[in-house]
Amino acid sequence: MNFEFGLYVFMLAAFLGFELIRKVSPLLHTPLMSLTNAIASISVVGAILISGEEHVSTLSRVLGFIAVVAATTNLVSGYLITDRMLKMFKKKGQK
Amino acid sequence: MTLFALFYLVAAGLFILALKWMNSPATARRGVFAGELGMLLAVVGTLMRHEVVNYEWIIGGLLLGAVIGVPLALLMPMTHVPQRTAISQACGALASALIGTAEFLRLHPGGFMMVALGVEMLLGYLTFTASLMAFGKLQEVLPSRPVTYKGQNYVNLVIFLAAAGIVGALVVNPANSGLFPVFIALAMFFGVQLILPIGGADMPTVIALLNSYAGLSACAMGFALDNKLLIIAGALDGSSGFILSIIMCRAMNRSFTNVLFGAFGQVQAGSAATEARPVRSASPEEAAAILEDARSVVIIPGYGMAVAQAQHKIRELHDALVKRGVDVRFAIHPVAGRMPGHMNVLLAEADVPYDKLIEMEDINPEMGMTDVALIVGANDIVNPAAKNDPTSPIAGMPIIEATRSRTVMIIKRGMSAGFAGIDNELYYMPNTLMLFGDAKTFTGSLVKELAGSH
Repeated sequence: MNFEFGLYVFMLAAFLGFELIRKVSPLLHTPLMSLTNAIASISVVGAILISGEEHVSTLSRVLGFIAVVAATTNLVSGYLITDRMLKMFKKKGQK
Repeated sequence: MTLFALFYLVAAGLFILALKWMNSPATARRGVFAGELGMLLAVVGTLMRHEVVNYEWIIGGLLLGAVIGVPLALLMPMTHVPQRTAISQACGALASALIGTAEFLRLHPGGFMMVALGVEMLLGYLTFTASLMAFGKLQEVLPSRPVTYKGQNYVNLVIFLAAAGIVGALVVNPANSGLFPVFIALAMFFGVQLILPIGGADMPTVIALLNSYAGLSACAMGFALDNKLLIIAGALDGSSGFILSIIMCRAMNRSFTNVLFGAFGQVQAGSAATEARPVRSASPEEAAAILEDARSVVIIPGYGMAVAQAQHKIRELHDALVKRGVDVRFAIHPVAGRMPGHMNVLLAEADVPYDKLIEMEDINPEMGMTDVALIVGANDIVNPAAKNDPTSPIAGMPIIEATRSRTVMIIKRGMSAGFAGIDNELYYMPNTLMLFGDAKTFTGSLVKELAGSH
């Protein structure tokens, strides 16, 4: 297994995340949280893999199904509300 | 390289761009689009993988999730954004926890994989219940005051160590699965315990921290499934939530441990003993006359504005004053509201241009030249005790220096103390006028007065 490689990826991504987030204006902190919350619904990938496999127990299938529903709820509502919020931010005179 | 691996790579790049573009309102919507595209590629890429053969359950799940998610996003009023974030976080964390559970039941792995699954499930289950608790407190289904009992922190420590201990036992001996349900129960119970002592004003920090946990859980899943895309997306979310909670802590001059375990904002014994002191109050007519004569007005909103849904009336007041040539700006404290940036979203919703929303550090040097500071539903974030009284519970917390303006007006229902449970010296200052009433109704009367006097 390449856990070690994974740890390097984790470290780089975390540092990159810190640098990127630090530059976000406090004005947008709420939409930023909604967006990162939506990105965390990447767990839908794991949920699809569990639900889609050929030989799994019924229990795993049910757990996978609930996970797909929950992750998709997070995903869809997260992206939609982020965009809904950002649409409202206007400069003076901007329609 | 297979096609799905290429999709994953592009998706990871798009997530990074999404965060990069979030740094300015001009590019932020492009950022959301990049994030959406990245997620689409991730989902489509996963569906193409040869391991995935059974589609009915997946399609059903995706559809059902969309059916729940769309109204959750589009029908939620903007004042409820913190609650929505909490419930959405609960969903994401639950997904992560259940996937970990399914993986565990299927493979019973030991070693490093079990460590990764253990972290995934621990963070997943505790974030699930903690987010539900936060939702309950924000929605005020549960009491939003901190709930504490003696030895609480020791109980929490024991629960956490027990849960971590079971993961340790499973790492050594994966066949030990009798302990597994106990582990799940402990993790979920720990989440509840974590939020019990948290009060409303600490919600911005805690929501951000839970956001971080949900991301780290997805990240741990990436280690368990050996999937770099999950590691990257999870790490981005994890670091984002973490840095936001640090910013929130700093804005309150408090440490992480103090926020999480300090049970801040309990009703202090004896604090009710303060004698009734005289305050000056003003009617809408008097207040409107002063506002009209001002050259510059700074409006300082707090959570009370959200509760009273006063943001639209405030914008009308802003418009009426601007029409009269008054310079009106908004001073935004980082922890005003119940989540980071809460006030900005509400005022943006009410069509206040965002270049009028000024951060605390930038507005404070100008407060001395301000004619009127109008405080709407804020309390602790303008309390001079933070600067003047080293024994105050909020000592050292950066505040918006409303006291330095010529006149301070405070719209407030009554004389009750703020979240921190302490009296506010600002109410008794000679240049302060209390405007007693509901924020929305009172602002409405101000607007009417200004229109009438034309």
